[in-house]
Amino acid sequence: MSDERPISQEEKDRAARAAEDLKGAALAAAESVPVSVHPPTLFEVQEMELNFGPQHPSTHGVLRLVVRVDGERILETKPDVGYLHRGTEKLFETETYPMGIPHTDRLDYIAAATNNHAFCLTIEKLLGVEIPRRAQLIRVILDELQRLSSHLVWLGTSGLDLGAVTPFWYAFREREQILDFFEEYCGARLTLNCMRIGGLPFDLTAGWVERLIEFIDDLPSRIDDYEQLLTENRIWKKRTVGIGVISGEECIEWGLTGPLLRAAGVEWDLRRAQPYECYDELDFAIPTRVNGDTYDRYIVRVQEMRQSARIIRQCIDRLEAGEIRGKVPRVIKPPAEETYASIESPKGELGFYCVSNGTNRPYRMHVRPPSFINLQALPRLAKGHLISDLVALIGTIDIVLGEVDR
Amino acid sequence: MPDAFVSAKAFAKQVTVVVRREQIAQVARHLKDAEDFRYCVDVTAVDWRDRQPRFDVVYHFYSFSKNDRIRVKCGVADGEEVPSISEVFLAANWPERETWDMFGIPFAGHPDLRRILTWDGFHGYPLRKDFPVEGIDTGAAVYPEEWPEGGGPAADDPNRKVVS
Repeated sequence: MSDERPISQEEKDRAARAAEDLKGAALAAAESVPVSVHPPTLFEVQEMELNFGPQHPSTHGVLRLVVRVDGERILETKPDVGYLHRGTEKLFETETYPMGIPHTDRLDYIAAATNNHAFCLTIEKLLGVEIPRRAQLIRVILDELQRLSSHLVWLGTSGLDLGAVTPFWYAFREREQILDFFEEYCGARLTLNCMRIGGLPFDLTAGWVERLIEFIDDLPSRIDDYEQLLTENRIWKKRTVGIGVISGEECIEWGLTGPLLRAAGVEWDLRRAQPYECYDELDFAIPTRVNGDTYDRYIVRVQEMRQSARIIRQCIDRLEAGEIRGKVPRVIKPPAEETYASIESPKGELGFYCVSNGTNRPYRMHVRPPSFINLQALPRLAKGHLISDLVALIGTIDIVLGEVDR
Repeated sequence: MPDAFVSAKAFAKQVTVVVRREQIAQVARHLKDAEDFRYCVDVTAVDWRDRQPRFDVVYHFYSFSKNDRIRVKCGVADGEEVPSISEVFLAANWPERETWDMFGIPFAGHPDLRRILTWDGFHGYPLRKDFPVEGIDTGAAVYPEEWPEGGGPAADDPNRKVVS
């Protein structure tokens, strides 16, 4: 092929930049071993638009990304969401308040208990109901079990995305046990529907607490196992350290909450900042890190699992016999008011905004989904990284498309 | 910002402030810079159908230093534009797009105001009260008016296989 046309300055610069990149990559790969780098050659560089998803195992559902790349380097990412939109907010308006709870299971479907909790909390706030102490404690236990199972799914799948297959088997082994606890409590494993406005549907079954104590006391050693596989793993660190760095200030600007915010050094957790149920009397730490990269978010989540185990243990110690449902009228008709209530879900701040018009159906029910808000920072996180890092970044945001699309 | 203020109320320890639509961007800027409400939690809307103005656009803000929330609302008539606050808070970008998608409230000055949960070319605004719950015919899926008896291919369909 003859190349007769003159080469512009821009093309020259580009080729030089690409050669620099190559040089850097080669140097990094060989670390301190000196390598002879070929003199920069001129070749055509072309930007390309890539379709990532919607059917791709690493997108954790149906997420489509349109990625503009220069070689392997990401210039721009455009997320395209909505493939799983089911009109949940519209459905809330057509059904009575208690009938809305099963719909919340299908938002963040790997953490249904926290969704149920946030929904019930909003309506309890409207009604001004007191929750009995036993119900509060069991709610906290269920929430924290759900946080554990959600983080375990995150740990397993995001490890799998980056080629670490082994942690997946360990994480799902423990998750299976947690799902067994849920199954025994309410009959369901994923779509739990395990809370009611004013309290809980069922009391604990005989022997549940004893088995839970056994599991929780064993859990820290299991978490040690995961950490042994990943925390000091050289490949894991190479794939995660310095990937998707975001500062605390920027996190707040983008509205990021949950482990993303805490990994960037902001010690903010709704369980501590605006305690609900009985979190204010429980003793737990809020794990934070300072670098705000993918590795730190991993550390924060693993530490949160340890804290969840601590919280569950404390709640079990405080359990005493009592009512599990507060004084709630048979037909729930809140006053014509509006409230917003939010809890710390495994992914971040999960809030419900409810407008009542005094009837037995919500006039407007809005979900503030953490996954949706966190996902909008993906283009910011991915800019300048490689395509393979995009997979790590989708994993580290910990999105559930049921919640993004509602 | 006294000139933007319309009314305020409190319920269940939550403060709601109603402001003028035209000044919502200045109010957001004031809340962020002067009152330290640095975290925009959410943007959404409520359709009141028969009321004038028809919609309420609802903003939630949170202040880390005060550990407090505030809800800001402004009334918007059908077809009126609301100044976008996504210049002030990056976090408001997608929620504003969602509000546009679901209610058809345009945000003036939004950098990328496209539909987000439905697709480009979708007609109607699903969360408006006059949008039917059972959905509309978008032409995206075509179903026959009547299924043949017993479902599946019709009796005279050459592809039909008789099993028994």
